[in-house]
Amino acid sequence: MERHFDEELKELHKDLLKMGLMAQEAIYKSIEALKERDKARAREVIANDVIIDRMELVIDDKCIDLIARHQPMAGDLRFLTTSMKINGDLERIADLAVDIAQRVLEICDKPILKPLIDIPKLSAIAQEMIRDAIDSFVKKDAELAAKVMLSDPEADRLKDAVQDELIHDYMAKDPKASDRAVPLLLIARHLERICDHATNIAEDVIYMVEAKVVKHHPEQLK
Amino acid sequence: MDSSVKVKAEHIDFFYGSTHALKGINMYLYANQVTAIIGPSGCGKSTFIRLINRMHELIPNARMTGKIYLDNQDILSCCADPVEIRRCVGMVFQKPNPFPKSIFENIAYGLEVNGVRGRDYIEDKVTEALKKAALWDEVKGRLHESALRLSGGQQQRLCIARCLAVEPEVILFDEPCASLDPISTGKIEELITELKKDYTIVIVTHNMQQAARVSDYTAFFLLGELVEFAKTQDIFTAPRDKRTEAYITGRFG
Repeated sequence: MERHFDEELKELHKDLLKMGLMAQEAIYKSIEALKERDKARAREVIANDVIIDRMELVIDDKCIDLIARHQPMAGDLRFLTTSMKINGDLERIADLAVDIAQRVLEICDKPILKPLIDIPKLSAIAQEMIRDAIDSFVKKDAELAAKVMLSDPEADRLKDAVQDELIHDYMAKDPKASDRAVPLLLIARHLERICDHATNIAEDVIYMVEAKVVKHHPEQLK
Repeated sequence: MDSSVKVKAEHIDFFYGSTHALKGINMYLYANQVTAIIGPSGCGKSTFIRLINRMHELIPNARMTGKIYLDNQDILSCCADPVEIRRCVGMVFQKPNPFPKSIFENIAYGLEVNGVRGRDYIEDKVTEALKKAALWDEVKGRLHESALRLSGGQQQRLCIARCLAVEPEVILFDEPCASLDPISTGKIEELITELKKDYTIVIVTHNMQQAARVSDYTAFFLLGELVEFAKTQDIFTAPRDKRTEAYITGRFG
């Protein structure tokens, strides 16, 4: 029997998908702004964040309303609690895109320190992880979520590589390069944090689909 | 009166003999919305909804003051016709109470009493009412069997169909699921949500979860007083009155 509650759950699902697309777009634009040294784009990301913040509140409110009114159980309950967590992760991801955009504004007018190599690789991983994490939520696909989690170590490795290179090859040799190196180092850090949020989403999706807790227990994935 | 308000109760006081059962109630029922009335036994919730179709007039030694408007009509005034008001404001009770007649006759009866004539027309109306009450598929092949052979949940939906057939504008549900199992309860709740598109609905219930699930507005009654009346989401997530909070969280008394 189709319940009226199901229609409300579908609406919430749609809202979260929209939130996911907005967060993805924010990351994409902030990385484009970095590659193209495009200040207008960076400012656009910063300005748009207020829309995502508002959406977060709307989704949270809907979740609380549905829990209070329908006393969800089992799969419905896991879907709603997961939705609330994913909502928070997506909002944080959008905030990190804003952080990247701010770093872009800091370095745009300065001479290029070095060609970007590992940061674009890291950003590609971050975007793929986010895309797959949202996809795994939409399709209720625990396998895809597990795949997302497996990408995280590579993101950590790239972040460390960027950090080492900037510290040892640039800042140590020429302290005056710091004002250009630090923003790049922070961007790598922001991207790595985005990957962590994607991992959180993936863990929550596995809980939602299989009622299995893999958070802090990576061995459970096997 | 705001056009979205279907029923307006003003300064209602009600007494059973010397018992002061309702104390200064002011409340709205919004059109095409479900309003739930919750509260412990004896708080006056059933008494209140019975006033809306003048059922209190059947109680000896009862006395009331205040006004109730349906649209802009004062339904308690002497010029209002109680029979017409009860057609306009239908009621479904705690226990399903079909007439000891066939399924068909249960619904046709109300139409005939209201002066509707013409076999084909009545048949159409019976079918329409059964469909609206989500009972048609289960009874279409046996309309002339006794209504008493239906299950409790089906009997309750038959009573809803009987009520819908005379084209009311407001439907009062007094504990409609109290004697039903969870599956039948689920069907009635889905039906109530469906019906609000066409009717203004009030449901009295002991079951707070049911109030939360089906209603748009919730009123909390206690000892004859209306303690709090607000959107259901607000009542169940952030009630303003401590007594409401205590009641809905089960910390009462």
